[in-house]
Amino acid sequence: MSAIIGVDVGGTFTDLFLLDEASGTTTVAKVPTSRPDQSQGVVEGIAATGAALGDVATVVHGTTVGTNALLERKGARAGLITTAGFRDVLEMRRRDRPETWGLWGGFVPAIPRDLRLEVAERVLADGTVATPVDLDAVRAAARELLARGAEAVCVFFVNAYANDENERLAADAVAEVWPNAHVTRASRILNEIREFERGSTAALNAYLQPVLGRYLESLGQALEQGGFGGELLIVQSNGGVMAAAEARRLPVRTALSGPAAGVIAATHIARAAGFENVITCDMGGTSFDVSLVVEGASAEAPQTEIDFGLVIRSPMIEITTISAGGGSIARVDRGGILRIGPDSAGSDPGPVCYAQGNDKPTVTDANVVMGRINADQPIGGRASLDVAAARRAIEREVGEPLGLDVMAAAEAIVRVANASMAGALRLVSVERGHDPKDFALMPFGGGGALHVGALIDEVGLARALVPRYPGITSALGCVVADMRVDYVSSLVAPLDGLDVARLDGEMVALSKRGRAALARAGVALDGVEDHFQLDMLYQGQTHTIAVPLDLTVGDAGTGVDENIVRTAFEAAYERAYGRLLSGLPIRVMNLRVWVVGRRPRFDPKLLAPAGLGGAEPLALRPVWVGGGWTETPVFDRLALPVGTRIPGPAVLEQADTTIFVEAGHEGRVDGFGNLVVAAKEAP
Amino acid sequence: MAELDPVTLAVLQGRLEGIVDEMDATLFRSAFNPIIAEAHDASHGLYHPETGETLAQGRSGLPIFVGVMAFAVKAVIDKVAADGGLEDGDVFIFNDPYEGGTHLSDFKLVRPFFRDGRLFCYLASVGHWHDVGGNVPGNYNPVATESFQEGMLIPPVKLYAAGVFRRDVLDILSANSRLPGSLYGDLNGQINALEIGARRLGGLLDEQGEARIEAAFHELKARAGRLMRSYIAELPDGTYRAEDWLDNDGIRDEPLRIALAIGIAGEEMTLDFTGTAAACAGPVNISRSTAIASCYVALKHVFREVPANAGVLAPIRFEIPETSLLSAGAPKPVGGYTETILRIIDLVFVALAQAAPERVNGCAYGTINALSMAGHRADGRRWVLFSFFGGGHGGHPEGDGLNHGNAPISTATIPPLEILEAAYPVRFRQWALRPDSGGPGRNRGGLGAVYEIELLEEDCEAFLFGERGRFAPPGVEGGGPGALNRFEWENDAGPRTPDMASKTVDIRLRRGQAVRLETPGGGGYGRARARAPAAVAEDVRLGYVTAEAARRDYACVVDGEGRLDDAATAALRAEAEL
Repeated sequence: MSAIIGVDVGGTFTDLFLLDEASGTTTVAKVPTSRPDQSQGVVEGIAATGAALGDVATVVHGTTVGTNALLERKGARAGLITTAGFRDVLEMRRRDRPETWGLWGGFVPAIPRDLRLEVAERVLADGTVATPVDLDAVRAAARELLARGAEAVCVFFVNAYANDENERLAADAVAEVWPNAHVTRASRILNEIREFERGSTAALNAYLQPVLGRYLESLGQALEQGGFGGELLIVQSNGGVMAAAEARRLPVRTALSGPAAGVIAATHIARAAGFENVITCDMGGTSFDVSLVVEGASAEAPQTEIDFGLVIRSPMIEITTISAGGGSIARVDRGGILRIGPDSAGSDPGPVCYAQGNDKPTVTDANVVMGRINADQPIGGRASLDVAAARRAIEREVGEPLGLDVMAAAEAIVRVANASMAGALRLVSVERGHDPKDFALMPFGGGGALHVGALIDEVGLARALVPRYPGITSALGCVVADMRVDYVSSLVAPLDGLDVARLDGEMVALSKRGRAALARAGVALDGVEDHFQLDMLYQGQTHTIAVPLDLTVGDAGTGVDENIVRTAFEAAYERAYGRLLSGLPIRVMNLRVWVVGRRPRFDPKLLAPAGLGGAEPLALRPVWVGGGWTETPVFDRLALPVGTRIPGPAVLEQADTTIFVEAGHEGRVDGFGNLVVAAKEAP
Repeated sequence: MAELDPVTLAVLQGRLEGIVDEMDATLFRSAFNPIIAEAHDASHGLYHPETGETLAQGRSGLPIFVGVMAFAVKAVIDKVAADGGLEDGDVFIFNDPYEGGTHLSDFKLVRPFFRDGRLFCYLASVGHWHDVGGNVPGNYNPVATESFQEGMLIPPVKLYAAGVFRRDVLDILSANSRLPGSLYGDLNGQINALEIGARRLGGLLDEQGEARIEAAFHELKARAGRLMRSYIAELPDGTYRAEDWLDNDGIRDEPLRIALAIGIAGEEMTLDFTGTAAACAGPVNISRSTAIASCYVALKHVFREVPANAGVLAPIRFEIPETSLLSAGAPKPVGGYTETILRIIDLVFVALAQAAPERVNGCAYGTINALSMAGHRADGRRWVLFSFFGGGHGGHPEGDGLNHGNAPISTATIPPLEILEAAYPVRFRQWALRPDSGGPGRNRGGLGAVYEIELLEEDCEAFLFGERGRFAPPGVEGGGPGALNRFEWENDAGPRTPDMASKTVDIRLRRGQAVRLETPGGGGYGRARARAPAAVAEDVRLGYVTAEAARRDYACVVDGEGRLDDAATAALRAEAEL
């Protein structure tokens, strides 16, 4: 009982990473994702690692079940019970539109209007109960929703962040008549002011509950049948993990589960390799996702919009996405400007070279035509690629309109794609006041490693760090992620005369609640930490800043007082804006508490190449480099021993990615099996 | 001029847009007032050193500013030409709406950017300040007859002279605002944005050299013109006319006509506003620069790919009668400019629908509905609730209009009702979609909203500045209009509505009384009778359309539960065709 398995289920493949702590060995596996029931693929993947389920102590799972249900609007039939006068809050959003230019957008709410019922009740902003809740009406509404086929229900009352009494009574009444556990109470999910954000988060939780519940149930059964007796944990969007039972209660926290696990793994690998500042990038079929890690901590965003109007507010790893993936289509606009995306051929039909019906050239087609991708043995187990078709498409759609020959056109596509990816990297680094020279760029997923060399040059990053198994990074992240539970509580009060006893009481109570939740999961932990943070602002401002409070819970509480809060606010404000606005009153909006259970670390040295492979190229292949064909050495990446130095231009191949080392760069295999790419040192 | 290959050009375009985007983001983050911070009522760009033409503009700025800022920069260029004395490190500030467009609330900062002693270009920032004086807090004075009643008017003056901050200018500004703290915060945010822009542009020039960037500016403009010409060339030659009315100007209760004839001849377009009403007494006048900017916004909603630079307007000619309300000069009141430009945008949609119905949508709700409620709390503190409200978007070729969207001139979001209730002594009784407000059509207009707000303090005053109370947002391609804007309030004698439809001042409420605003939906797209009966029945089931309206507007017989009577519907539709 010593193995831990990380599982990341993607659209095409299910990736697994097994760590056997007793023997100190790791194993990776990749199997096709099973549909519609992904749990079969998970069980088959575990078998493919060679592990017996009875020997597995923990399975940690990054899942896209929630994300896909949201994007494809395939959640459950859910109902909403809400305050009289406000059933349309979810559909009215914050009065926005999908695109700045063009007025053709639409929006389909996750809970349709006929399943949103109102009951008499009202709490005012100061917490006063103006109208007590009519519980008979609540029960009647619940029965009506059941009669209309609802499988899950959300109880969401206006101003419940200020006083949840009515909402609590109503949720209890609903639970009496509701036949299953799919009852979401909004202020329990997110106890924060702003009705649309809270209501949307809670409604989406209800929408996902039956879907994720069914999946986890079937996964649990499949694992059990295989003899699994350990813990099943699920990765949250914030990169922490939670027990499967908690995930069934809070499915909305899994919306970015897979990508978050990837960022966690990247953080861990980079830190071990000596880099605390990292920009991760994941180039998929349609998008390029970037995240920032500063001093070993990944940047977090307070909320995200999964699709227009589908807002989830809960802390999550901040992921900046632009439409530039391998499948992004290149075209010349009417003004004669080459554009990449936002249209994409995705993975189906995919690039022209896949020969599956798309005839518009993509970034991948350009890479193939330039010889950077091995057309005879592409990654992902495909048959050979149709290079001629890719050439024809590039010539027709890009070359002719721009007056370029086919190779110059292919090079142009890669250059413009690189420029737009570089823009995303600048956005999270330079534009946040960071010096790119302090950062390493770390690609994960299959697509990015071809482009990292050009990107570090373009943005001025010090180096790129290509992990040993880019394609299974998210699965590895599952194994290293810590346990985490998050809470928020709205205070909405001036700092002068703040009720510190109440604040202290909340901090202690939420810390206790978090620790109890971690204990329930029964997972071995190295330690537990509380984190406290306030959202604060100057009176009159709209945007809050995050104010960390460096406090711990002792016998007499946290010891928080007004002065501690003021000092912390001023330090945080000065860091953010460079100066204080003395004399203006300060307000405290929300308290955020998260409790982290540190899981035992694993040593990334275990990933290093075991034996001494050869550093000789497998072959020479013509690759288009800097305006001409160059016979370029091609290496088997995984066979390269520690310490090998590969001068560019060079192509490094492995099952799940292809790395291109640009001329002028050098790749070096470090002690963990990573490839560190940087400018060649001057001779 | 240096030659640029098309690939380098694409790369440089991205870099330049990145710089102005970062200027936008800098101000949004650090601004004090929610109209900038939350509603993004601001914009930034790079402008030509001699003509003031837009060279590059941020992608997230308020759409209307994208067109208007070139005029603001030109105002500074004209001043410098007259007075001389331009120095590196200068920053001009002003809000003159007759020169720089829009209204007094929008403060423009213009900064010359020098390279080796030579003026290379201008950087500019505009943001909507919370209060700039005038007769009413928030500056939407529905009964202003001169701009003096709308706020302070500052001509272009130096806020920085050769890098030295002029405290005296700030003192003048602060002394003329009800909210000097907010003003100070926003001003600093704009200065920061200009500083970031200058630093990033300097970095790009260090890396690429002046010649390449100048060549890129030149080429991007030429290509934008080419792009616009190619779209115009696709439209059949001819003249496409539309007219619409403003309810009134808030002073005299007479409708004000706005007329537009779009002429297409080959690759050129003329927008001719001959026949538009004369400049009026109340605050719905706009300056010529604002009129041109609003045409730009409308065209960019139709031809989305055209970039934000001066080239777009090269193939377009404007005829705007100098005496009309679209070409107002000082001191005509312009505070309600939003209503007039929304009407211009609707006219462009309606006229272009005749030429290219596949490109156009029904009109959006068409009014900003600026509502103010203000009073004093029991402890004497003053409070002012001031907000704009949403409505429906028009049906379009691909589907029904968006419910409760924002105005086409802006990307502003509405504050959460919980934030409003926490900040002001009010409670919302209702915050809901408004059934039957979407214009009937094959693709229905989106729904407007109902907001009902009750006072929790002893008393307050309120005013509303709105439109579309008498002339509904039109549909296109045979689609019907959205519902009219509707406003009422309670007083001791019972419910009241404004004499001027959607403009009123001097509302007094007492504790427990409320105002109720019902906003228009969008216009429909295509004939209502062509809408699939099943879609109409679904609308009834979801409560977007009532059974009565389904019968009246769509000739569909549906019961209250949304069950369609096929036979009766077929009979009714057949009868309607006769």
